[in-house]
Amino acid sequence: MHLSENDFQAILLTIRLASIVTLILLVLGTPIAWWLSRTRSRLKGPVGAVVALPLVLPPSVLGFYLLLVMGPNGPLGQLTQALGIGLLAFTFEGLVIASVFYSLPFMVQPLQNAFEAVGERPLEVAATLRASRLDTFFTVVVPLALPGFLTSSILTFAHTVGEFGVVLMIGGNIPGVTRVASVQIYDHVEAMEFSQAHHLSAMMLIFSFLVLLALYVWRPNRKKGT
Amino acid sequence: MNKINPLILMCSLLFITSTAHAEKITIAAAADLKFAMDEIAAEFKKANPDDEIEAIYGSSGKFNTQIRQGAPYDLYFSADIAFPRDLAKSGLAASEAIPYAVGRIVLWSATQDASTMTLESLTDPQITRIAIANPKHAPYGKRAQEALLSTNLWDKVEKKLIYGENIAHTAQFVQTGNAQVGIIALSLAVNPELTSKGGYWLIPDNFHEPLEQGYIITRRAADSNLAQHFADYMGSLPARAVMTKYGFVLPGEASGK
Repeated sequence: MHLSENDFQAILLTIRLASIVTLILLVLGTPIAWWLSRTRSRLKGPVGAVVALPLVLPPSVLGFYLLLVMGPNGPLGQLTQALGIGLLAFTFEGLVIASVFYSLPFMVQPLQNAFEAVGERPLEVAATLRASRLDTFFTVVVPLALPGFLTSSILTFAHTVGEFGVVLMIGGNIPGVTRVASVQIYDHVEAMEFSQAHHLSAMMLIFSFLVLLALYVWRPNRKKGT
Repeated sequence: MNKINPLILMCSLLFITSTAHAEKITIAAAADLKFAMDEIAAEFKKANPDDEIEAIYGSSGKFNTQIRQGAPYDLYFSADIAFPRDLAKSGLAASEAIPYAVGRIVLWSATQDASTMTLESLTDPQITRIAIANPKHAPYGKRAQEALLSTNLWDKVEKKLIYGENIAHTAQFVQTGNAQVGIIALSLAVNPELTSKGGYWLIPDNFHEPLEQGYIITRRAADSNLAQHFADYMGSLPARAVMTKYGFVLPGEASGK
């Protein structure tokens, strides 16, 4: 399989984007998932629904609003301009922000399930041993929920790799900056470069299959382990 | 009232609609035709209220690929006549590739007055984002690239370029202000919604190859009277008037600008 320099660039960019988004979402998503798994607040429903929105929203809706919000007249655009960063649309940073929204439920939901599965008991035991809440979280909850972290990280990474509509709307197709693999494939197809499209597409197909295979194969082992 | 009546009614309705030879066609049109084709189709429908015309807009390159894969389009209006010519050569057309207009490109901005700009203005450091259509498959993008190359500006502005999927998508990048300026189709820039936001500068047509636009009736519409009828209508005075209004130079007419 021979890939052009542009294809490699697109793949590397995609991996970089997905890695950064996964790391950011690990930091942002964990407290949200923890709060959702423990709270009895009336806000639990609305917050959960907002987190799940990208699951059902067409990417074009997300892309359209992001384009307006990030534009020179949008609130985020005015903020970034005031800070001297310029506009976020058509930048890698803009893609990262969009992808964080887009992949949020894929991080939060598996984590929330994992946290709920931990149950109250280990937390109570830790409390009787005078562990602080932060201490409890890192020494008790995280090890118990580790498979959940793994699942949500893999899903977030894979889902970001599979992103297309949002990138098309706010990316501007700049080589090395916003031209990710899925957009590169689209360009190949439009230009009737079917063999190049095949090579990249086959890679995506194998990658996606391996990701899902990993998730399905690991699942029973996890059950046996706990 | 008899119980069977609704059924008879339905059957006769089906019969009526099929005998009134009302037809439906789907037109795949280059995105630069968005406003002009909508207007032409609306005029056509006034004269032929029974017929149904559906126009889809996108990049000419994409439609070309789709038609090769059997997409259900009856007419294909490309921004580059080379695409329909190739389709005709491959036996996928029921007509020759017929030229219908020559397009022009303009500099346009939604945030500043582009009518006082020239292509050299694009090197201004104040301008950080320039939108053009993707030169790889969108004819307007190819011509924009040629204009920038022939003026030796390409290397200076390439880093600022962002690429729209088609020419309407490109205009939308500029319209939302996310790109300060763009090279778009004149036919889009003359639309009231866009002119109200800022002027445009017509890029001299000797900076690039001509944007000769052409259409075909596709092979699947070989027997469609409506497709032929609409194709004929494109050459009529009212349709030509609409095309001229949107800044297209028509075949057989000298360039007005």
